[in-house]
Amino acid sequence: MSAIALAGWETVIGLEVHCELRTRTKLFCGCPNVFGEEPNTRVCPVCLGLPGSLPVLNRQAVDYAIRIGTALHCRVQPSIFHRKNYFYPDMPKDFQISQYDIPINAEGWLVLPSGKRIGIVRAHIEEDTGKTTHIGGGGRIHQAGYSLVDYNRAGVPLVEIVSAPDLRGAEEAREYVEELRAILVATGASDGKMEEGSLRVDCNVSVRVAGSAEFGTRCEIKNMNSLRSLGRAIAYEAARQVELVEAGEAVVQETRHWDEADGRTHSMRSKEEAFDYRYFPEPDLVTLAPDEAWVTGAREHLPVLPAERRARVAEAACVPVSTEAVATVVRLDLDGLVAAAVAAKADPGLALRRLANEVAGELDGRSGGDIEASAFVRLVHMEQGGELTPAQARTVLKTLVAQGGDPAVIAAGLGFEALATGALAAVVDQVIAANPREWERYTGGDDKLAGFFIGKVKAATGGNADLRAANDLLRQRRSG
Amino acid sequence: MAQPLSKQDVAHVARLARLALSEEELEQFTSQLASVLEHAADIEALDIAAVPPTAHPVPLSNVLREDEPRPCLDRDEVLAQAPDVESGRFRIPRILGEAP
Amino acid sequence: MSQSFVPDFASAPTAAAVASGVRRGELSARDVLDQYLDRIRMREGQVHAFNLVMEEAARARAAEVDQAVAAGGDPGPLAGVPVALKDLLCTHGVPTTCSSRILEGWAPPYDATVVTRLRAAGAVVVGKTNMDEFAMGSSTEHSAFGPTRNPHDVTRVPGGSSGGSAAAVAAGFATVSLGTDTGGSIRQPASLCGVVGAKPTYGMVSRYGLVAFASSLDQIGPFARNVADAALVLDVIGGHDEHDSTSLPGDGPQAASNLGRGVEGIRVGVISELEGALGIAPDVASRVREAAEALAAAGAKVEHVSVPSVRYGLSAYYMIAPAEASSNLARYDGVRYGLRVRGDDITDMYIATRSAGFGPEVKRRIMLGTYALSAGYYDAYYGKAQKVRTLIIRDFEAAYRSFDVLLSPTAPTTAFALGAKMSDPLTMYLNDVCTIPSNLAGHPAMSVPFGCGDDGLPVGAQVLAPALGEPVMFQVAEVLEASAPARGGES
Repeated sequence: MSAIALAGWETVIGLEVHCELRTRTKLFCGCPNVFGEEPNTRVCPVCLGLPGSLPVLNRQAVDYAIRIGTALHCRVQPSIFHRKNYFYPDMPKDFQISQYDIPINAEGWLVLPSGKRIGIVRAHIEEDTGKTTHIGGGGRIHQAGYSLVDYNRAGVPLVEIVSAPDLRGAEEAREYVEELRAILVATGASDGKMEEGSLRVDCNVSVRVAGSAEFGTRCEIKNMNSLRSLGRAIAYEAARQVELVEAGEAVVQETRHWDEADGRTHSMRSKEEAFDYRYFPEPDLVTLAPDEAWVTGAREHLPVLPAERRARVAEAACVPVSTEAVATVVRLDLDGLVAAAVAAKADPGLALRRLANEVAGELDGRSGGDIEASAFVRLVHMEQGGELTPAQARTVLKTLVAQGGDPAVIAAGLGFEALATGALAAVVDQVIAANPREWERYTGGDDKLAGFFIGKVKAATGGNADLRAANDLLRQRRSG
Repeated sequence: MAQPLSKQDVAHVARLARLALSEEELEQFTSQLASVLEHAADIEALDIAAVPPTAHPVPLSNVLREDEPRPCLDRDEVLAQAPDVESGRFRIPRILGEAP
Repeated sequence: MSQSFVPDFASAPTAAAVASGVRRGELSARDVLDQYLDRIRMREGQVHAFNLVMEEAARARAAEVDQAVAAGGDPGPLAGVPVALKDLLCTHGVPTTCSSRILEGWAPPYDATVVTRLRAAGAVVVGKTNMDEFAMGSSTEHSAFGPTRNPHDVTRVPGGSSGGSAAAVAAGFATVSLGTDTGGSIRQPASLCGVVGAKPTYGMVSRYGLVAFASSLDQIGPFARNVADAALVLDVIGGHDEHDSTSLPGDGPQAASNLGRGVEGIRVGVISELEGALGIAPDVASRVREAAEALAAAGAKVEHVSVPSVRYGLSAYYMIAPAEASSNLARYDGVRYGLRVRGDDITDMYIATRSAGFGPEVKRRIMLGTYALSAGYYDAYYGKAQKVRTLIIRDFEAAYRSFDVLLSPTAPTTAFALGAKMSDPLTMYLNDVCTIPSNLAGHPAMSVPFGCGDDGLPVGAQVLAPALGEPVMFQVAEVLEASAPARGGES
């Protein structure tokens, strides 16, 4: 369904992000928390749920959970664990130890690069499940002949972060996941590797007529393995729901499975009824009540988070914080270069533009960590002072990013020197003198002829002129 | 909760618990469970809304473990007890539904 | 009265005596063990206390103990003492079945903490004892492998769910044994079999390796022929364990610390609600009255005390215990270990396996528990029961402001006949009315043999103490033991 057909509709999204914590061991036992080992070699009585086994909570997992909670501006509070009871073969105990109505972190928020605040309902601690592989039927669950289970991942610590349904549209949902991921990586709690499954996203999607205050019926969508899948799944699901509602049918509240291959969501009605989790407090664990010192310490030791980094860049460059260039620069870890420009009294606005456009383009996804701050700042100074034209500066910058070096040396090597102002004025006067009829029209008010004269100046200087300075000189001549 | 326990209730609960009951068992269990619940009517009648629940009697908090690795089980020992094994994993019949 | 298999213990040394004799090199652990193995060989067929007799392993261990002593070492405070373990305590490499088909033949890859501690103390494990399946029952008739019989009268039940462990001690198949108590499953069989049985404060003994029934109620405890042996064993197995988050910090039970002090000035409260009402048989009530008088004669201050909420204990327990059990037993699904019955898909397999593997009492409790937790019913059943728990704790706290220990019967009757209470579950549940409140409160309690009923079968008096009250509880129990009337009819 096209974007035009969805006009008039609003897609409302809430996201549940499961974040694996970077602890050395699992949540309730001392088995190593590692990815990619031989199946069932990182298990013990506890994470296998053998009869008689008991859980003991990992202090480091709690610390990471507190860091996440403080980074998301949550209230960190005393909490307990609950059992979530259901039968599934990747769960050794056929219940999951999680948190229910009293989670460790509640009522927080984060700010997107666009400036919009998204509510965080809760961020609680729970254990991960094992992994099932479906054999036969192309690996898809429905046609499988049988399955195999590996419990290495069972018991790995997770923090589940639940957003309020404040997101509108697939693009904003992606932005949220990217921002959340950056925050989680900054806290040190996560390695952010979606491709390894350390960050997993489920979404709740509903639609409503744009401008309406009531929420539509939502569906939960699972099995999106990348940001791209997330975007595609939301777009598909929104269209599906709009089509139903426009046809006068009701959206059924259910869990749906995203199928990457055929690009659709499918209803997951299994033969059991809706899950009744029969939550009750976990009797094998005691209350978790981190003291004030622990929470304050965690908050104080947080590094500067992305939102604050964006604020600093925006302030330095005197631009609104929601400017896309600001988000780009922080996302690519180039904000240190803006700070360096400020410190060296180079033009921060110019620095920002060059970083967000030329440098970002040149990096093409690679890290910007190699760019030498003093070299970059020197280049900004050179452009700022007119030693290089903007076009020349851009060229030097490309080389600087690709190979490093000294911008002055690079410029000299390319034969760049901007014309000194006096020499430029002489060229402008020559061009005016050589084209009296056009000059008369220009001074008479025909501004379009500025381009004619600039072109002549450019030709006369072999492209080495600072064309803005030339334009200024033309106007001066006209008025003076 | 004054409603008496019905056969449907018991059948539903049996499904939740992954138990199959014969018709005879269903009858028998329904009447047995109903009489236990009836006996529990004495606590049902208590007015104790203001009394806090005791989840368990141990007044401990913050029992935590250091993030230090411990030895794992030997995989052969684990899988030796398994009903069905393939490629170092537990083999099970096909799963028809997704995890919740 | 039918045939009794209770030996004359006058010549059989206590656990304390065995241990000290073995440590000094005066007794051979192998010789001691042989006597027990002889009795097992002769009489186990009629009693059926064991699911598994570990003769070879026991002989090897006894030999190790003797060698250690010969080499100048000290095997520990239970050196050479034959001990039996209820078959829900994990023993590495040795089947641990919980008397259920669903775990038939399953051998855990690890030891329970209590097993490790017993072994480190030099004890010799002689076998795994029979029980009600997954500890659900009061007669050991709900075992998948057939009932255990009361050694005093083999037409009668030994009590449950730790019937095998109680019978093993009563019949002289082990010097001491371990059982578990969730609603009375150590104390009630101790009373019916005429032995000492103790449940510690919740958290006093590690539950790591104890196959869970009701996690907030379960505790492991000793059976012995005398109070001092029970204290000795409890002190060995108890104390903080890092593998159990609910394990109490501190110095452990200290159960033996007050032995020998007598009861001069100790305040004893006889629980009024458990004197004669709630199905307590008149002969049992008489023995407990006599027990109270004996304590008074020994210098204790004995009065009545009301603990009103105990009358709600049964109802609260039969919401809480099955609820936790329904969750604890979900793992028995045929995927990783134990019984698997084939199915077309995973759900069919779950259903077929669990339906075939669990007995009717376990199924009843799983369903009751699932119901109590299910959507719409949590507040009325499980939630409310947790509040009743608070009431019971408060009433006990009030009682312990004026008393050091409390006294009541352990079981409402003497041992009943096999099959007598199987037709109506509720009748069976009523056996636990005196014992349940201590589990709900997390308090220690123990049963001490005190005379017989009119039928000549053993009666137990129950001593209750506040949390961490093991020292005063054993102190009072010792005096009761010393003043207990002799029981006739032993061969």
